[in-house]
Amino acid sequence: MFNWLKQKLTGFFGSLREFPDYAESPERYKALRRNIVILMLVVTILPLVLMGLINHYLYRQTMHDEIVQPLKILVNKTKHSFELFLAERLSAVSFIASSHTCAELADNNNLGRIFSVMRKEFSGVVDLGFLDPNGVQISYDGPYKLQGKDYTDQDWYKEARVRGSYISDVFMGYRKLPHLVMAVERSVTGVCLGCVLRATIDTNRFMELIASMRLDPSSDAFLLNKHGVFQTPSKFYGQVLETYPMPLPPLSYEPNVLEKKDMNGRDVIVTYAYFESLPFILMVVKPRSQVMQAWYTLKTEAFFVFAIGVIIIFLVISKLTDKLVKRLEESDTRREVAYSEMQETSKLASIGRLAAGVAHEVNNPLAIINEKAGLIKDLTEFTPDFPQKEKLLPLTGAILQSVDRCRTITQRLLGFARRMDISVEMLSLNEVIEEVLGFLEKEALHRNIDLQLNLAQDLPRIASDRGQLQQVFLNILNNAFDAVRDGGQVAITSFEADIDTVGVSVQDNGQGMTQETMTHLFEPFFTTKKGYGTGLGLSITYGIVKKLGGDIRVSSQFGVGTTFTVFLPKRALALAGE
Amino acid sequence: MRVLLVDDEAEFVSALAERLNLRGFEAQTATTGVEALRKIDASPPDVVLLDVLMPGMSGLEVLKQIKKDHPQVQVILLTGRGSWDGIQGVREGAYDCLMKPIQIEELMQVMADAVKANRQNQAREGE
Repeated sequence: MFNWLKQKLTGFFGSLREFPDYAESPERYKALRRNIVILMLVVTILPLVLMGLINHYLYRQTMHDEIVQPLKILVNKTKHSFELFLAERLSAVSFIASSHTCAELADNNNLGRIFSVMRKEFSGVVDLGFLDPNGVQISYDGPYKLQGKDYTDQDWYKEARVRGSYISDVFMGYRKLPHLVMAVERSVTGVCLGCVLRATIDTNRFMELIASMRLDPSSDAFLLNKHGVFQTPSKFYGQVLETYPMPLPPLSYEPNVLEKKDMNGRDVIVTYAYFESLPFILMVVKPRSQVMQAWYTLKTEAFFVFAIGVIIIFLVISKLTDKLVKRLEESDTRREVAYSEMQETSKLASIGRLAAGVAHEVNNPLAIINEKAGLIKDLTEFTPDFPQKEKLLPLTGAILQSVDRCRTITQRLLGFARRMDISVEMLSLNEVIEEVLGFLEKEALHRNIDLQLNLAQDLPRIASDRGQLQQVFLNILNNAFDAVRDGGQVAITSFEADIDTVGVSVQDNGQGMTQETMTHLFEPFFTTKKGYGTGLGLSITYGIVKKLGGDIRVSSQFGVGTTFTVFLPKRALALAGE
Repeated sequence: MRVLLVDDEAEFVSALAERLNLRGFEAQTATTGVEALRKIDASPPDVVLLDVLMPGMSGLEVLKQIKKDHPQVQVILLTGRGSWDGIQGVREGAYDCLMKPIQIEELMQVMADAVKANRQNQAREGE
């Protein structure tokens, strides 16, 4: 994985480093595009995902705490209410047991009076009874006929005798109604040893306490004893004295929260607390979906925002990269073209400088040859009866002619070196062509060459160099004239090539060119005119046209003819650095 | 017509001088700028044929000196290097500039023109 990534990244930066490499395949741009997209996606989406995940967990934690905290507080409060309620009543029973004598408590009337006061002060007390040391209820006041009942078998009685005071679980007992008993053994020694005062509390009061929690209808709250038996009825899990269908939560006197599935398969949040001094557990069960509703909504919204964000990022990156790579490709191509043009230009320029140097160096000895040969010729001519005059005159004539040819060459070489000077003016290309044709009309007439002029009358004027253009067209037309036989045809057409360019084509029906000739056409010193060509004409022409920001295209078919087309910008390029 | 030929190539000037002499000119030669100026001071010719590129004193410097001391002497420049020197020279007062190697007929024509132009100038000044 890491190696792969490393390789990809190296490839990516590598491809950037190799940037100014020309002649690359189109695959390079595809790879470049792919790498940029991948890299940009990774660097944008990875932090986004990480941030999203971190936010997700932090937020869930916060939301959870915010939902759970009030539940804990509620459970704690209600637990305290329960404890307070029971403790109050146990203290009352305890107080009555210690503040009255055995005889007072054993007297039914007395007990009845105490009970009526007690019932007024403490709600939820159902009845009051006094048991002798044998466990028989000797006095009783309340709605049931329970006087004389024997309680020695009942657990609460045994517990009360052992511990001194006791609060029982909810049970049915003799009355067959759920209730709980609190019993206190009289601690006074003497005849009363072993007497027990007991009060019964009904469970309605428990239900009121639970109702005061004001839970929503889908939630449930109930009281269990330590064996998991319902002390108050539950909405979903069972009635009083039935057993709680799920395992009891671990012991915790502080309110605690569990997330689990109930036996109906609902995800629930269970908040519970064990009573410290009593054998009860208070439990609140809330369905998780309801508790976390806000969280789920938020999560869905966040996910949508994330998804849309990723899509937008992807689209933007993809579009931008497309554009970027396309620009890169274009600039590469431009650079490539500029580079090869520059090479061509500098090649021509250095050849030009060389040519000028050679021309100059050659001209001086040439001048000496010229004068010496001229002198020989003069002496031969001016001296009467010069021996072998007839033989010498043609010889010196040939030398002078050769010198003349050399002179032509050196002068063209110098012209080639000088061709860079450009002065731009607004001119009509048609006019330039007509001026040039002025030089050639005689030859055309003499050789019976059919000159066809198709000059576009609405051709826009262009900014260019008149003298240079004259040279260009003179050269091209000269070549055309040289190519055709007497009676041949040369057609000159001017036209508007596009919004920035005008063109002139010169078509002849001469001998045409071989592929070999075409290849070397614009090279300096390449000539097919053996004996009288310098091989500089088209090279100079090409240089001038390039200098003026134009282009020359040649099409030729051997034996059929040749077409030279010169394209010129309407505004000659401002040539930097020249 | 009296002509002074100035070029560092002695072979060139000697041959050309002889050819011009054959044609009835009075041709003298000099192979350095200093020698040329001395000869002009001694006896100013009608026309000076002056090579632009010479070691030591260059043709253009000689030209300036001639035009200063003897404005009536016509100077025709010779160059093996192209027309730039010529333009410069004509600006400095030379009558014309010819490319080496020269053709004798052309040279004679230009010299004749130069002398004619000089005479016309002098006639105009005289009037």
